[in-house]
Amino acid sequence: MRKDRYSIFSLARNAVSYHQDWSEAWRSPEPAPSYDVIVVGGGGHGLATAYYLAAEHNVGRIAVLEKGWIGGGNTGRNTTIVRSNYLWDEAAHLYEKSLKIWEGLSQELNFNVMFSQRGVMNLGHTLQDMRDIYRRSNANRLNGIDSEILTPAEIKAKVPAMNVSSEARYPVLGASFQPRGGVARHDAVAWGFARAADARGVDIIQNCEVTGIRREKGAVCGVETSRGYISAKKVAVVVAGHASVLADMAELRLPVESHPLQALVSEPLKPVLDTVIMSNAVHGYVSQSDKGELVIGAGIDAYTGYGQRGSFSIIEGNVAAIVELFPIFSRVRMLRQWGGIVDVCPDACPIISKTPVSGLYFNCGWGTGGFKATPGSGWVFAHTVARDEPHELNAAFDLDRFTTGALIDEHGAAGVAH
Amino acid sequence: MLQIECPWCGARDQEEFQYGGEAHIVRPENPDSLTDAHWADYLFNRTNVKGVHAEQWCHAAGCRRWFNVLRDTMSYKILAAYRPGEQPPGSEE
Repeated sequence: MRKDRYSIFSLARNAVSYHQDWSEAWRSPEPAPSYDVIVVGGGGHGLATAYYLAAEHNVGRIAVLEKGWIGGGNTGRNTTIVRSNYLWDEAAHLYEKSLKIWEGLSQELNFNVMFSQRGVMNLGHTLQDMRDIYRRSNANRLNGIDSEILTPAEIKAKVPAMNVSSEARYPVLGASFQPRGGVARHDAVAWGFARAADARGVDIIQNCEVTGIRREKGAVCGVETSRGYISAKKVAVVVAGHASVLADMAELRLPVESHPLQALVSEPLKPVLDTVIMSNAVHGYVSQSDKGELVIGAGIDAYTGYGQRGSFSIIEGNVAAIVELFPIFSRVRMLRQWGGIVDVCPDACPIISKTPVSGLYFNCGWGTGGFKATPGSGWVFAHTVARDEPHELNAAFDLDRFTTGALIDEHGAAGVAH
Repeated sequence: MLQIECPWCGARDQEEFQYGGEAHIVRPENPDSLTDAHWADYLFNRTNVKGVHAEQWCHAAGCRRWFNVLRDTMSYKILAAYRPGEQPPGSEE
């Protein structure tokens, strides 16, 4: 069952056989008739959940059901930014847990997720922006999260390509900087978790769409799928972009709306940007991938949609903001543009929770910022599913908060590009 | 890009409009008698349909009036636009 470890020695050994004999990264088993835990959704969060269930909790047989293929959903569509500079304690602790896991993830998974701590810079363009940035930065430091405030001159020294002149339409007045933030290789995260989960006996079943959630006396007993019925003691749903659709199968209503979110990448350039730049006020964020492409993220469309594409006006406004910040990018050609569907909660915080149906768990509503949370999300969700109670890190992210009113209002308060 | 048919002004570019979320959510008549769960359902829970969605739009850069639209959330195709107070075309009443 245990896979060959990836190392310099396995690389050399396989080079001798012209790389023809690498073992598959994970098996493609037929679904068993029943499992102890079924994870619905084979994205990063779902695979991380399965991995931590197998690695840290004794829950028996685990399957991950994925309607498409591993790495083909939002895991492969995001802009790969990782940071933990959230304002409120609950969010800050959750994302910081995730960031701490990121820091050792390649070693833990024996898979290079190319986590690069090149820093994340959040720009301020108005006095109010700067007040919010100071407030958030101070809150971060009180929570033990690294954060610095940069002046325009310091920004210019770090990012020479940026226009920080006071003549700019939206002058840059300063920024917060989290040095431990950065980017990771998004597909590698899914592949790494898939391989590590598979090595611990998790069945990863691709091309298997869940079409119904079967219940008996208020408790879950299995799922209908495109490959037949599979029974399960517990069902953990982690489906970014389709949470409401899955909830509907169990006759639950969620405070979630699905919106298209777009991103685009340019042709590859020589190194020009070695950190991550985000601006909430002009709404754009940009980093440069290891291949040299500028990776640019846009905002969501206001309307709801499942169509995995958005409006051109959103891209237009986004690119205008980037060009305003980086005039030298004005003649860079864009190679690809795409959209993904994000499930947004009213308070822009996720739901990681038990549900009124016994044995059914939901991890959803990550909005536009789920990628950075991938390992932490899986870690707390595995705990929630295995123990049938939330970990203290995700207790505040209960579905119940919409009834009690204890929302975690990160939306505007964080000063981040949601 | 969408082209939206304002019931008063006719077809215009999406840029002129503001989105107002799910339509036909009726404010409970007697909020004092509601349980927290019912109130939460009214405030926060949404059908978030994958398929035909009844939703509100405002012609913000035009006549500034609100109206309702039936739109397919997969294809984004707009199927109908109708005035507030009217029932969606094709419904029983």
